Amino acid sequence: MITDLQLSKLRWRCRRGFLENDLILTRLLDRRGADFTTEEHEQLLSLIALDDNDLWEIIAGRTDVFPAGADAMVSILRQTRVTH
Amino acid sequence: MGLTVHKYDAVVIGAGGAGMRCSLQLARAGLRVAVLSKVFPTRSHTVAAQGGIGASLGNMDEDNWHYHFYDTVKGSDWLGDQDAIEFMCREAPKVVYDLEHMGMPFDRNPDGTIYQRPFGGHSAKYGEKPVPRACAAADRTGHAMLHTLYQQNVKSKTTFFVEWMALDIIRDAEGDAVGVTALEMETGEVAIFHAKCVLFATGGAGRIFAASTNAFINTGDGLGMAARAGIPLEDMEFWQFHPTGVHNAGVLLTEGCRGEGAILRNKDGERFMERYAPKLKDLAPRDFISRCMDQEIKEGRGCGPNGDYIALDLTHLGAETIMKRLPSVHEIGKNFANVDVIKEAIPVVPTIHYQMGGIPTNIHGQVVVPKEGNPNTVINGLYAIGECSCVSVHGANRLGTNSLLDLLVFGRAAGNHLVETALASRAFKPLPANAGDYSRARIAKLDDSSSGEYPQDVANDLRKSMQLHAGVFRTQKTMDEGVVQVLAIAERAESLSLKDKSKVFNTARIEALEVANLMEAAKATMVSAAARHESRGAHSVDDYSDSVEFPLGRNDKEWMKHTLWYSEGNRLDYKPVNLKPLTVDSIPPVKRTF
Repeated sequence: MITDLQLSKLRWRCRRGFLENDLILTRLLDRRGADFTTEEHEQLLSLIALDDNDLWEIIAGRTDVFPAGADAMVSILRQTRVTH
Repeated sequence: MGLTVHKYDAVVIGAGGAGMRCSLQLARAGLRVAVLSKVFPTRSHTVAAQGGIGASLGNMDEDNWHYHFYDTVKGSDWLGDQDAIEFMCREAPKVVYDLEHMGMPFDRNPDGTIYQRPFGGHSAKYGEKPVPRACAAADRTGHAMLHTLYQQNVKSKTTFFVEWMALDIIRDAEGDAVGVTALEMETGEVAIFHAKCVLFATGGAGRIFAASTNAFINTGDGLGMAARAGIPLEDMEFWQFHPTGVHNAGVLLTEGCRGEGAILRNKDGERFMERYAPKLKDLAPRDFISRCMDQEIKEGRGCGPNGDYIALDLTHLGAETIMKRLPSVHEIGKNFANVDVIKEAIPVVPTIHYQMGGIPTNIHGQVVVPKEGNPNTVINGLYAIGECSCVSVHGANRLGTNSLLDLLVFGRAAGNHLVETALASRAFKPLPANAGDYSRARIAKLDDSSSGEYPQDVANDLRKSMQLHAGVFRTQKTMDEGVVQVLAIAERAESLSLKDKSKVFNTARIEALEVANLMEAAKATMVSAAARHESRGAHSVDDYSDSVEFPLGRNDKEWMKHTLWYSEGNRLDYKPVNLKPLTVDSIPPVKRTF
């Protein structure tokens, strides 16, 4: 489980330049941010360090090129995208 | 004071396109520049701009700056200041070539020149025929621009303060701007940025509406700071609705869709824009198209089970064109509308997109206010550029691609003005003894709160109210009701409560500070809208409809003037529109038809 401070930082850094990423990332954090494991947290951090367009291409499934070891979080994000 | 003081020649608030274009100009001149940003610079909202930068390069067909000037004046519904519009349209090719030379990866023609795509409202020969004027980098123009500018800024040694939120302007006894206070999120501490000049480039306040294409960061921070410092906000009743926001999501489909040939259809499959705008059809300006869509829906020709949206049809463009020129549209269709745009039309509705009003400025980006009979008296040391400003080149309605152009032209102009007026050799004015006290008191009030509502609950009520009372469909009655309701919500925002009182990365506290800014922008919008008794551009009111005396509801005799809203006393003032361009004849007002 991650700490409240880690979750707060994550919430802020999930504020993005465009709405598509805001919507998906907020949906993800609302659903399960408080239950993230340390590994999931690290994977998400590696993904949100990317630029918005690159992140969106991964979430949207346009590319499978993403930071090493982030496979599980990419899968979670894509699942979050399709389950409105 | 007891606060840490950072000292820079210039402090720029906001690291989007306007802020970074300006900071680059200053840093290249050897000035010490600090740029404060709530988020990492390349994640500013400029990244979302897809369509392009309007400039009359004439690479595809005959074009010149005066055609662009005419389109912008007409698009503004004659509320734009023609001196500023001339300046912007003349500067446009220069700022595009500047970016090209910095390495911006524009789309190219086979001969190597910059490819330009058609866009709504862009015409040659004064409305006679559409002309391709938008310079784009696929549908990532904003992204490419931010990266280009960020890298150039790093090279020029601009200092970035990331995850810092500016709080308040510091003005001295003479009213001059001498710095800002800002909150460092990582520590929760407030610091002072002492500067010879302060430049606002904070973007718009699109999050005051429930249905918005804007990212969550667009909370009108510069507007809030200006309003609290006694500076009026200009023409805030004018908000652009993008015609093609995805129904029930808000996500934007670029106007480039229609530039590439997408067609709006009603439930009968009719290309209804042929009826409303026989010449420009689906490429008519955004406000005009938004109202036509609204009209179709109101008259029972909307699509879907509830008849509450319009279909945007790209199917005839073919998979290759869609995937090459509009790949993000394909993705958005899949992810937010469950539609494959190659095979079927996508549901769209007019959605809040852009704020035409803002902090009043002149063409150098200097903030101006009425004083002693002069409606445009400069506030020394204070500048505003980009969407947070009102220069005013957009008037009552912005022409597509003029937003990226605005931030490049006026970001650069503000930088040039400071360099040319010898900022480097000017002395720092001293900080007032109480600098920082006001900001600290605001934060202490939040930290000491023991009861009250949570910021997001109040913000959500505000957004719902603004959507209902100041949306695309406005009546005098709904706007008057909106004023009462929004002022009541603003009262509630005076006593917010925080669950978490910690200092380090307390996002609830940051959101509460953002809500204060949203409230100023919303009050300005609602009060200004209810007071303007006409229809003009994006401010379309059912009570003021088309008549012989007032074509399309526009009343030039009484209302060809800029609104100025003051937070203190919630009062309004007005100032004249500048109809005199810098060097050419004025474009006289006529009824806007397409």
